Amino acid sequence: MPDFDLVMYEAEFRRIDEELKKLYHQANAKVVFLVDKNGQLVASAGDSSEIDTTSLASLTAGNIAATGGIARLLGEKEFSILFHEGEKDNIHISLIGHRIILVVIFDNRSSIGLVRLRVKKSTEALAAIFNEITSKSETKKQEKVIDDSPFAEITDEDIDNLFR
Amino acid sequence: MSFINYSSREINCKIVYYGPGLCGKTTNLQHIYRKTNPDQKGKLISLATETERTLFFDFLPLALGDIRGFKVRFHLYTVPGQVFYAASRKLILKGVDGVVFVADSQVERMDANIESVEDLTLNLQEQGYELSKLPFVIQYNKRDLPNAVALEELNRAVNPDGITWFEAVATKGNGVFETLKGVAKLVLMELRKNY
Repeated sequence: MPDFDLVMYEAEFRRIDEELKKLYHQANAKVVFLVDKNGQLVASAGDSSEIDTTSLASLTAGNIAATGGIARLLGEKEFSILFHEGEKDNIHISLIGHRIILVVIFDNRSSIGLVRLRVKKSTEALAAIFNEITSKSETKKQEKVIDDSPFAEITDEDIDNLFR
Repeated sequence: MSFINYSSREINCKIVYYGPGLCGKTTNLQHIYRKTNPDQKGKLISLATETERTLFFDFLPLALGDIRGFKVRFHLYTVPGQVFYAASRKLILKGVDGVVFVADSQVERMDANIESVEDLTLNLQEQGYELSKLPFVIQYNKRDLPNAVALEELNRAVNPDGITWFEAVATKGNGVFETLKGVAKLVLMELRKNY
């Protein structure tokens, strides 16, 4: 496999959550999301009740993937920041390491300059946490000590039950 | 590359429907969308052209239920089948956990099927995957058409390794859930092996 499964534990999740909340407040954002490059929502801060977060995550990842494709055609490794400006809302998308996408949605109560500045600061903190997550899950996987693994005893019946 | 979240107790897996243009990948997803309870599905998103040809991908999130206290979510994607969308097709395969190859049973699409399987194998290789090691099933679609090729011949052409296959008529929904279940099972078994 070219990449590792992303396994998130409670402790790291809480740290990520805190970091996102901080960014949300400091950047005066409407909502802040973390999405993995495969299109899965990892965490969010702010009021996302009116947003279809699953679709947003998948489309953001598609957007990053397409932009990455364009970058490679031009001989760039990747474009690390995307920015879309709307009439009311704007969206700032940036990469954290090679795996995670940070999405900040903001309106005229904030500004692109402020968002960029705060994103830059949070990116370092978040990247460090994700590095820890990767090494932690790899060690656990190698030592075969995944706590409380829901898969170890998965049966055909469990799977059949999903399709009832 | 699944995403396992112990904090929210969720498992997310990505399944990609691959195949030549007009073989019925989007039709598979549309049927699943129609027949799934509203509380188990998200929006079906189609990035398509004005003539309803897939331009980038279709996306359907499904939350089928729980396994041992973990919510199991499948994210279903289709690729654009037309040959000239090769670059976009490759991108969708990123982080895939399971693949469904939808073959068009019509005799005149045999070459397109073979070309598409080869394209799939190559695109996966480029990303460091091996098709033979991935959860992978084949669906022979359009079995109701008069010009459908015999199953043995299809198997010879696109399934030399004899992996699990399903017959389908996606427009009527026949075989669609059987295929999804087939690949979901392999994906979950793979997780069992790794964790």
